[in-house]
Amino acid sequence: MLCDSCRERDAVVHLTQIVANAVTQLHLCERCAAERGVETTVAAPKHPLGDFLQAVQQQLVPPSVDAGRCTFCNATMRDFKATGRWGCARCYSTFEASMRELLRRVHGSSRHVGRGYQPPRSEMMERAGLLGDLREQLRRAVETEQFELAADLRDRIRVLE
Amino acid sequence: MTIDLSLLPDGGVGWLDASGRHSNVVLSTRIRLARNVEGYAFTGRARDGERLRVLAQVRDAVTDAAVLKPHVEFRVDELAPTDRSLLHERHVVSKELAGLDGHHAVRAGAAVFLGDGLGVMVNEEDHLRLQALHSGFALPDAYASLDRLDRELGARLPYAYHPEFGFLTACPTNVGTGMRASVLIHLPGLVLTKEIGKVLSGLQQMGLTYRGLYGEGSEVVGNFFQISNQTTLGRSEEELLDQLIRVVGKVIESEEEARRVLLRDAGYIIEDKLWRAYGTLRYARSLTFDEAMNYLSGVRLAVGLKLITGLSVYTLNKLLIFSQAAHLAYAEGRPLTEGETNLARARYVRMALEREAGAVG
Repeated sequence: MLCDSCRERDAVVHLTQIVANAVTQLHLCERCAAERGVETTVAAPKHPLGDFLQAVQQQLVPPSVDAGRCTFCNATMRDFKATGRWGCARCYSTFEASMRELLRRVHGSSRHVGRGYQPPRSEMMERAGLLGDLREQLRRAVETEQFELAADLRDRIRVLE
Repeated sequence: MTIDLSLLPDGGVGWLDASGRHSNVVLSTRIRLARNVEGYAFTGRARDGERLRVLAQVRDAVTDAAVLKPHVEFRVDELAPTDRSLLHERHVVSKELAGLDGHHAVRAGAAVFLGDGLGVMVNEEDHLRLQALHSGFALPDAYASLDRLDRELGARLPYAYHPEFGFLTACPTNVGTGMRASVLIHLPGLVLTKEIGKVLSGLQQMGLTYRGLYGEGSEVVGNFFQISNQTTLGRSEEELLDQLIRVVGKVIESEEEARRVLLRDAGYIIEDKLWRAYGTLRYARSLTFDEAMNYLSGVRLAVGLKLITGLSVYTLNKLLIFSQAAHLAYAEGRPLTEGETNLARARYVRMALEREAGAVG
């Protein structure tokens, strides 16, 4: 079968489109398919999460969400899609809505019912919280080009670290 | 630097002693908990400096923990690749921590603390991977000791925890309890009677999964399967363990039934096959790892069926570990080529079986 577009090369991609309830079939060669933005090869996931999880991630991540960044580790949904791993604990709050849906699909539930936990109330814990806040302030300071404030924040972070 | 594994509190092989329940079918029980320390990016996204600080914090907490006294620490990031392979073959570090999984080189701050039947991997995919390893089918005991360790460390380290999602982990498949409980089980009867497919698909319907000898991504060799819970969220630790206990109990029953059927319907064929496996191990001059695993599987079955007596399950368990490439190189005191490894393996297996040969019948 020849490509519907160039009519030169063999069609290797068979695309079924549904537009306004009308079904059309398009047979394309690899080059024409690529020109139309149709992916002809699917990269294997780099991590043994399985195709299932990769598919779920792709469905779950609308392009608009990609713009969001975790305020602590700077990770984006794109990073998650690439690695299958979250960047830090705060990602769970940053991407909470997508997270809930993802967890439901993976585990059949998004609510932990196992053992509860109270972190130790210690200087270490308070320092960890403060560090997170300072890092966030530093990020904002850099973004808004307040370099003096940024330098000050960086020094305070170094002391705490 | 060559590590000295004899420093381990239980010699590192306590879980091989075949003292646990159903030890003719179940080799070992392992449970791990994934935990992260609040205030740091997860390992994969953290910088080297952060990972080293996580390690220092964990070391302080581990030093205070009563359940990990005594313990040894191995700085995995400072070990030569052969030593890292050795720890991996001992089942005390994962392939990822040892930097052997082909995805990551070993990370700065990668370390493991090992106590009696308990261990803490640091800077694996999660900051902490606590694990308990017990002989035989011992999920409640393994969980009880692991839970004590978890509570001791959690009182000293601020774990990343979310009221709705539970213990937070780098991979969403581990979040919630962070618990993966697994049982390493030998199922030659179900494989030989071709019932194994049904059993494995049944497991998946029950929300359980299976893997090979080395967990995630490893192949099934020698009829050994690791059966574990698939999900970690939405059910409590007790519910997850109860289900695994129930299902593995049924799998053990099916395996025992399959062995009875084999003996009843094909007794002499099986007896001949298994003695041939023993004969090969006793006299072969070169053995690949897969060959050794498969013949050892036959001999283990023969011992379970009492077709071969006078050979201990402990010896067979030790052969599974000590006939691996890094262990053979360690014993020989030098790196070995693949051909040399196969010769060394056959020699090692021969000698181990020879020591008990007088009693074998």
